[in-house]
Amino acid sequence: MSKKEWPLWEVFIRSKNGLNHKHVGSLHAADAEMAIENARDVYCRRNEGVSIWVVLSSHIVASDPDEADALYEPAKNKIYRHPTFYEIPKEVGHM
Amino acid sequence: MLTNEQLEKEFQAKIDAEIKIEPKDWMPEAYRRTLIRQISQHAHSEVVGMLPEGNWITRAPSLRSKVILLAKVQDEAGHGLYLYSAAETLGVDREELIEELHTGKAKYSSIFNYPTLTWADIGAIGWLVDGAAIANQVMLCRTSYGPYARAMVRICKEESFHQRQGYEIMLKMGRGTPEQRQMAQDALNRWWWPALMMFGPPDDKSIHSAQSIKWKIKRQSNDELRQEFIDKTVPQAEFLGLTIPDPHLKWNEDRKHYDFGPINWEEFYQVINGNGPCNRQRMRDRIKAHEEGAWVRDAALAYAEKKQTKKTAA
Repeated sequence: MSKKEWPLWEVFIRSKNGLNHKHVGSLHAADAEMAIENARDVYCRRNEGVSIWVVLSSHIVASDPDEADALYEPAKNKIYRHPTFYEIPKEVGHM
Repeated sequence: MLTNEQLEKEFQAKIDAEIKIEPKDWMPEAYRRTLIRQISQHAHSEVVGMLPEGNWITRAPSLRSKVILLAKVQDEAGHGLYLYSAAETLGVDREELIEELHTGKAKYSSIFNYPTLTWADIGAIGWLVDGAAIANQVMLCRTSYGPYARAMVRICKEESFHQRQGYEIMLKMGRGTPEQRQMAQDALNRWWWPALMMFGPPDDKSIHSAQSIKWKIKRQSNDELRQEFIDKTVPQAEFLGLTIPDPHLKWNEDRKHYDFGPINWEEFYQVINGNGPCNRQRMRDRIKAHEEGAWVRDAALAYAEKKQTKKTAA
């Protein structure tokens, strides 16, 4: 008996052409092909998807939540990146 | 096995039913090639478009206008990246695309071959050039190729700030000293016609248009978009108290559109073919930036490899 476990895969589903693949969850499978089939059975039993991506969870690199403040700091004080920062007189209409 | 003809029929049926085409779907080779050409040229335009504006970052009249201009140029770089990634989903390599820009094989929007002579030009670019780009890009949010459409949605959300900051500059100058007002008028005089040319040749002279509309890559013709832009922009110019440099410009009550004078297409083709005021300068600057940045790319790669080796050794 082998003690080796099936690796963990992250699953992304495109619900319809035109939309992004979206992360829906994860599952264990022995290889990529099985991961796709399992994803179909676990996450697409009611036509939730038209396309599936699977990625080994160990290949996902995530940002560190403890460093979120430092990571997003550059965007926080730049209110001039938003259109509402600029006053366009009403008479000019939508811009 | 389906024949090519059957596949093409099914493909067109999907397009007609408003189903988006995604990277792994079957598509005609010509559709793929058209998209690679269009998306990469769009990406190149964003990147080259940083140059005329970058010209004013160090000379912006206030710290406020400087950080705004920096943010805008940074956005253009981002837009270039969204678009290169969309093109890469079609199976081309980014290096290849950049190579095509640098060798002159790929084009970019002719508007960026005009010089930015005064601060008012930064206002005129945001108002007119980004305004014209928005008209085109709003249409492209509904283009038939999924990754391109999604990149466009992202870009359109960000462009709104670009046009508003440009109009704000024009407003300030329009309400400023006589010299400032004159500068704003002069910028409008120089940018108006090139902005109209951004929509491309008239419909009867546009070689790719009919097929692109059939494939729903485009959904409006060059002339329709141009008219839409003019109708929207004339009242904005009136509010600024500036005069659009076209003696033929006149509201047509029957058409419910503005009539406008003839566009100098000879100038357009001259600029597209490399003879605009700044073509050589733009390409020289772009190639220089790419070549002088090579050591940074190499160093980052060498460092990543070194870290990897250390990790495996440990």
